[in-house]
Amino acid sequence: MEIVERIREEARKALEEKKVELIIGFEEGSLPLRTTPAFIKSIDAVERLIWNATCENNLANYLLRLKIKGKVGIVAKGCDARSIINAIKERQIERDMVFIIGVPCTGMVDRKGIKERFDEAEILEAIEVNGQIKVKGERFEGSFNISDFLYDSCKTCTQKTPSLYDVIVGDEVKEREDVDEFREIREFEKKSPDERWAYFTREIESCIRCYACRNVCPLCYCKECFIDQSRPQWFGRSIDESDRMIFHIIRVFHTAGRCVDCGACERACPMGIDLRKLTKKVEKDVVELYNYKAGIDLETVPPLATYKEDDPQEFIK
Amino acid sequence: MNLDEVDSKIENWEPKIIAFLCNWCSYAGADLAGISRIQYPPNVRVIRVPCSGRVDPFFIIKSLQAGADGVLVSGCHPGDCHYLTGNYFARRRFTILKNILEYIGIEEGRVNFSWVSAAEGEKFATVIKEVTESVKALGPAKRLIKRFNYRKL
Ligand code: SF4
Ligand code: SF4
Ligand code: SF4
Ligand code: FES
Repeated sequence: MEIVERIREEARKALEEKKVELIIGFEEGSLPLRTTPAFIKSIDAVERLIWNATCENNLANYLLRLKIKGKVGIVAKGCDARSIINAIKERQIERDMVFIIGVPCTGMVDRKGIKERFDEAEILEAIEVNGQIKVKGERFEGSFNISDFLYDSCKTCTQKTPSLYDVIVGDEVKEREDVDEFREIREFEKKSPDERWAYFTREIESCIRCYACRNVCPLCYCKECFIDQSRPQWFGRSIDESDRMIFHIIRVFHTAGRCVDCGACERACPMGIDLRKLTKKVEKDVVELYNYKAGIDLETVPPLATYKEDDPQEFIK
Repeated sequence: MNLDEVDSKIENWEPKIIAFLCNWCSYAGADLAGISRIQYPPNVRVIRVPCSGRVDPFFIIKSLQAGADGVLVSGCHPGDCHYLTGNYFARRRFTILKNILEYIGIEEGRVNFSWVSAAEGEKFATVIKEVTESVKALGPAKRLIKRFNYRKL
């Protein structure tokens, strides 16, 4: 059976048995190569659920923002499941209040890359078959391998099969062990402080402070974000370089030991800012210093909620 | 006039360094340095905090944005924290924060950390000397400073 059929079957069952009040999944979007989160409450609507290589949203975000008392079902890829684990660990949701339909994921396609490939011409139709996507526009037709156009975060993903689920649809995907997910960061670290400063100021110069990166992130569930606080107002909301930079410094600090590199923030950014350069750095430090990866299991204590007496401290006088 | 031009006009520039000192150790260490009449550079502005664990990253970043040329956070030695583990947790946060700051291009040496006990008046003076010298060598801070409002020359 195809994955999408199995997702629908599990969703139908869960709703029928009144195990859940709602299923969060994906449905067809209004544009080609787009899907949109679906909130399914009735059995009739289950048919709307779909699964393909454009189901890129991190659905865990909705789990945290919904105001629903009962149990919720959710379709979860590897990174979504990691975010759900985070949320359980951080006591934002209870394990038995969520029914996870795990989907082993083979990666999501980077729409921007595809657009570039077809010289930004408008794609009017896209069909996915067997690891390939056929696209059609007004004056062109073409097809490509999904694996050639994956998001950067999918290329280096090491947890494609959900690490937590109640049912799993589809076969486990072999995890890659040969990826060096921090290579880019190490390269970047070799640059001089001046070059790095120049790079980030240039990137962040275009930040319009829409906060889409924050709103889309399943870690940023704070009732009041530091940047919205007004008593005291710690940091300004202006587009002064320092204000913009500080928003990003603190946001990324808040992802320490929590970010699962789902890539949602970078995808959400309307200005195409290289946010992964920041999040991935912190992820790397946490792995190297405290040997911790977010969202792998329910037991290990998050790195900033614990300590070791012999933690590294060479920098302290 | 941009900051570079402004700074080139300041003669005899002296760095301003904000020091967050834990009440139980480093602050007392500073006191001891004073009582013992140990000389150290007058560039630090001390802010007393109950524990190094109280030092929110906001404090450090806000200092930089407000125009501090350097920041020092100092607490009790590991194992000696008045609240037992405050500095252990803080140490992890500081590590991550310092790495982020240096990664985006804040010069190494702007933001400093130390453990100074109440008995270490000498060490306090040495730390202040070291920090002042390293900040002096870096010159006036230019990054992360808010262009308006703060920098009063
Ligand atoms: S910071 Fe970005 S990549 Fe990390 S979990 Fe949040 S949205 Fe995903
Ligand atoms: S940036 Fe920090 S304070 Fe704001 S929502 Fe995210 S975690 Fe919370
Ligand atoms: S989504 Fe992009 S433009 Fe919007 S606040 Fe985040 S970085 Fe800035
Ligand atoms: S009381 Fe001094 S560091 Fe905690």
